[in-house]
Amino acid sequence: MTVDRKMDYLETVRGHLSSVVYPIQYLVNLPVKVGDWMSESLDTRENLLKENEKLKAQNLLLKTHTQKYQSLALENQRLRGLIESPIRQRERVLVADLMAVDQENSTNKFILNKGSEEGVYIGQPIVDSSGIMGQVVHVGPSSSTGMMVTDNEHAIPVEVVRSGVRAIATGEGISREMRLDYVPPESDVKEGDLLVSSGLGGHFTEGYPVGKVSEVELHPGDNFMTIKIQPVANLAKAREVLLVWPGTSDINIETDPGTVATR
Amino acid sequence: MAIRHNYWIVLVTFLAALMLTVMPLPDWIVAWRPTWVAMVVIYWSLALPQRVGIGTAWVLGILLDVLQGSLLGQHAIGLAIVAYVTLKLHLQIRQHPLYQQSLFVGLLVAIYLCLVVWVNGIIGRSPHSWSFLTPVMTSMLLWPWLFVILRDIRRRARIA
Repeated sequence: MTVDRKMDYLETVRGHLSSVVYPIQYLVNLPVKVGDWMSESLDTRENLLKENEKLKAQNLLLKTHTQKYQSLALENQRLRGLIESPIRQRERVLVADLMAVDQENSTNKFILNKGSEEGVYIGQPIVDSSGIMGQVVHVGPSSSTGMMVTDNEHAIPVEVVRSGVRAIATGEGISREMRLDYVPPESDVKEGDLLVSSGLGGHFTEGYPVGKVSEVELHPGDNFMTIKIQPVANLAKAREVLLVWPGTSDINIETDPGTVATR
Repeated sequence: MAIRHNYWIVLVTFLAALMLTVMPLPDWIVAWRPTWVAMVVIYWSLALPQRVGIGTAWVLGILLDVLQGSLLGQHAIGLAIVAYVTLKLHLQIRQHPLYQQSLFVGLLVAIYLCLVVWVNGIIGRSPHSWSFLTPVMTSMLLWPWLFVILRDIRRRARIA
């Protein structure tokens, strides 16, 4: 146990063992999968048509956004070139499914159905459609374990979008919240501020939303403010997440069809 | 009657216990999830003390650790101790009526949970309340039921 805690040797053992227990996880996940499949295939034609229409509209909207985004990205690159700062690189992403398998201390860890065979590595950022969800902590051949940003062992460097104040957001564990540590009282942090990853530390790519400040308090006599954060990622309901490879510049298309896109 | 080698059925029950342990449950009931693996380990070490013992319990514990993402060895040591105590006392426990066995199972499960939580506490994942002991209640309540089911399975498969 001490070895597992302090050193990395057992990570490979855990990796191999996780392929042993993968069938168990697969079996447990199966009823949920079958249920999804049933409800999909038994859905009425009208519902499907309606959904299709909605998705089409959404797609159009997103497309126009990307057009704008592309021109902005080019402009950004030019400007960065002018001031000779390094150009931000593109990143590769892969869609993974959450398996319906419970973890100990239950709500802050989850199992993904992608593993080292797909190139998943320990410490890889996991995002969903609205923000950073967490990172990968264990990897097996065809599954991996993710830790949510709200786990009490998780910390992520963030930046307040409005004022540029940098701090570290730590998970609270049980309450599905985070807190900002070591923010001096004179810092400019307000309720409702959006926090994005700052990219310091090199683990997470910068610019992904992490959470919103829900409460700022200054107890007289304390050296630092007490700041609570509500994560923006849909931690409770997410079924599909994105695994991000930061800084992999020129890979555009992956072999797994339909599930991979570049940003 | 010749004893047939149906020990794979024991493995199936272990597998089922592992599956039940990681099965997703609604939030309000998660804290009450019985410690299935510990209960099945107790049953088989009572029924087949010469076959199922500390080694089996330890292997199961390691698998459980990998499944649940806890420290490797955490559940292993808990289950090994559960199996050890059961093996030591199996002749006595077998004679007790079901409700007394339940008390014994409750005690063992409590020890097991305390060990797991103790290790968690050492590495800084300390529990927020005493609610980690709620599985003791459900395990005790479900023990007679599990005992009867597993006994019937064992008799039908003629495992001795």
